[in-house]
Amino acid sequence: MTPPRKKKLNLKKRYELMTRGLDWETSYQKMDDVFPYDTFEGIKITDWSKWEDPFRLTMDAYWKYQGEKERKLYAVLDSFAQNNGQLGISDARYVNAIKLFLTGVTPLEYQAHRHFAHLGRHIRGVGPRVAAQMQSLDELRHAQTQIHTISHYNKYFDGFAEFPHMHDRVWYLSVPKSFFDDACSAGPFEFFTAISFAFEYVLTNLLFVPFMSGAAYNGDLATVTFGFSAQSDEARHMTLGIEVIKFMLEQHPDNLPIVQQWVDKWFWRGHKMLGLVAMMMDYMLPKRIMSWKEAWEIYFTEAGGALFEDLSRYGLRVPKYADIATDEAEHISHQNWSIFYQYTQAAGFHTWLPSDEEMAWLSEKYPNTFDKYYRPRFEMWREMEARGERFYNNALPQLCQTCQIPMGYTEPGDPTRIGFRSTEYAGERYHFCSDGCKDIFENEPEKFSQAWLPVHQIFQGNCGGAELSDVLEWYHMKNGTDNMDYTGSPDQKQWDAWQSVRKRVAG
Amino acid sequence: MAGIVSITLQNNDEARPVIESILHDNPSANANYMPGAVKIDCPERLVVKAESVSARIGRDWDPQEIHLTIVSMGGSLDEDDEELVLSWGA
Ligand SMILES: [Fe+2]
Ligand SMILES: [Fe+2]
Ligand SMILES: [Zn+2]
Repeated sequence: MTPPRKKKLNLKKRYELMTRGLDWETSYQKMDDVFPYDTFEGIKITDWSKWEDPFRLTMDAYWKYQGEKERKLYAVLDSFAQNNGQLGISDARYVNAIKLFLTGVTPLEYQAHRHFAHLGRHIRGVGPRVAAQMQSLDELRHAQTQIHTISHYNKYFDGFAEFPHMHDRVWYLSVPKSFFDDACSAGPFEFFTAISFAFEYVLTNLLFVPFMSGAAYNGDLATVTFGFSAQSDEARHMTLGIEVIKFMLEQHPDNLPIVQQWVDKWFWRGHKMLGLVAMMMDYMLPKRIMSWKEAWEIYFTEAGGALFEDLSRYGLRVPKYADIATDEAEHISHQNWSIFYQYTQAAGFHTWLPSDEEMAWLSEKYPNTFDKYYRPRFEMWREMEARGERFYNNALPQLCQTCQIPMGYTEPGDPTRIGFRSTEYAGERYHFCSDGCKDIFENEPEKFSQAWLPVHQIFQGNCGGAELSDVLEWYHMKNGTDNMDYTGSPDQKQWDAWQSVRKRVAG
Repeated sequence: MAGIVSITLQNNDEARPVIESILHDNPSANANYMPGAVKIDCPERLVVKAESVSARIGRDWDPQEIHLTIVSMGGSLDEDDEELVLSWGA
């Protein structure tokens, strides 16, 4: 028999006292002057006290649990470094997925830290304000733990050293960067909808869960540890996302069309950005746990289905073009890896063609599309490599004005035709990869017509010069070291040398 | 498919008694194991009872300790001193 559980001051009471009990209505200054940002988007809040706090975490408990998470994490990181954990990974090709993660995702954690700090000051309701303060600290912790983890890889592999510099300049990193810049330059309710709801609640599972599980499967103890440690904060972030949506919809019927438009926009932007993760999962992990399509089915079709069914009682519908995104789950990883293969000379990580075994896995996971549309392309490129004519695309691609991805995606329902859309605004023509991206532009043309598009910037002479080598230098990418195929890279030479020493030792 | 709720926990020593309790207290729950983590799905409602976890570890378990091992969740959450509940429509 275990002794009966101790009675403490009831959690709900304690939470009330330590959050709402510490808030006050200002009297020397008008509340609207103290909180100037939470009305201009048109979201109507009539009663902030109706806000529900699902995790009733108070600051003292927050510090206690976060401290414990950090202690555990750094103990693992330390032993990973001490024991040369990098030698235990499945294959050095794997490290390229981590390069993409550090250069693409870690700076977003830092952006999230900054913007949640802003919301932690500027949201009128004390419940979400405290939640945003905690999340701001969480996101700073995520950025720090990722940098600490990956600094170990930086000692042994190329492509990591210039990550913050690269994030602000490199063509494909403008995809995640512009996603976050868009959110941070929006009002607070749109930011919550974008980051807390669309990204963290609806889509983040697709980024972290299969990716961290993939890291576990590929022997990358360091990444698993920071990944799961960061993810343990994510449940809290997800509940913030869903509560904000419900709160806005419950507070006033006029909020519904605004929220729906944000949900449509940020679902589509998130879907396009996560195409990079699709490619990591299907092409960059030497040992794979599930395909992107399977992850999409579990985390969007099934989990998202239950979520939007629940939210339909407020009149909110499934995001526009969700059906098209689901259709694209059969294509996106193959099309993205093809883009990086063609532009390997300008990528900050290494590329390769899938082996026979990997292609067999892709055929099995993508019975409707891989053999028909993508295998022939990879086999042709393989033959070209064998002839000594490895294919490089030397033309700069047209970029989508909204998602900033090279326009290599195909028409819905016709994977043999590239999709193009365009629209005119203030006497200029703008180009898009899809109806989803075009709609987003047309709703906010003043914002998106100002987008910093890497290819346009190169043509305008703003990226170091006209030659590839000039641009790489401006990116701080070392030509012949950080870029190009894995085969023949310094990373590969180093890895092969380690492996041959281990074989000799094993006899 | 009536709303499935779900919780994903790390598959480690600290989470194991929590996983066991969930599977015991929610007979229609289904555990999907993947490297490093386990995703538990359940139709409509899933409960994590502090009493069950406490009995397994031989000390008082605070439901907020879930923060140390949770990876992800689906559903709306409610938490008090005795239990954590995930459900839809709340
Ligand atoms: Fe984060
Ligand atoms: Fe987060
Ligand atoms: Zn686009």
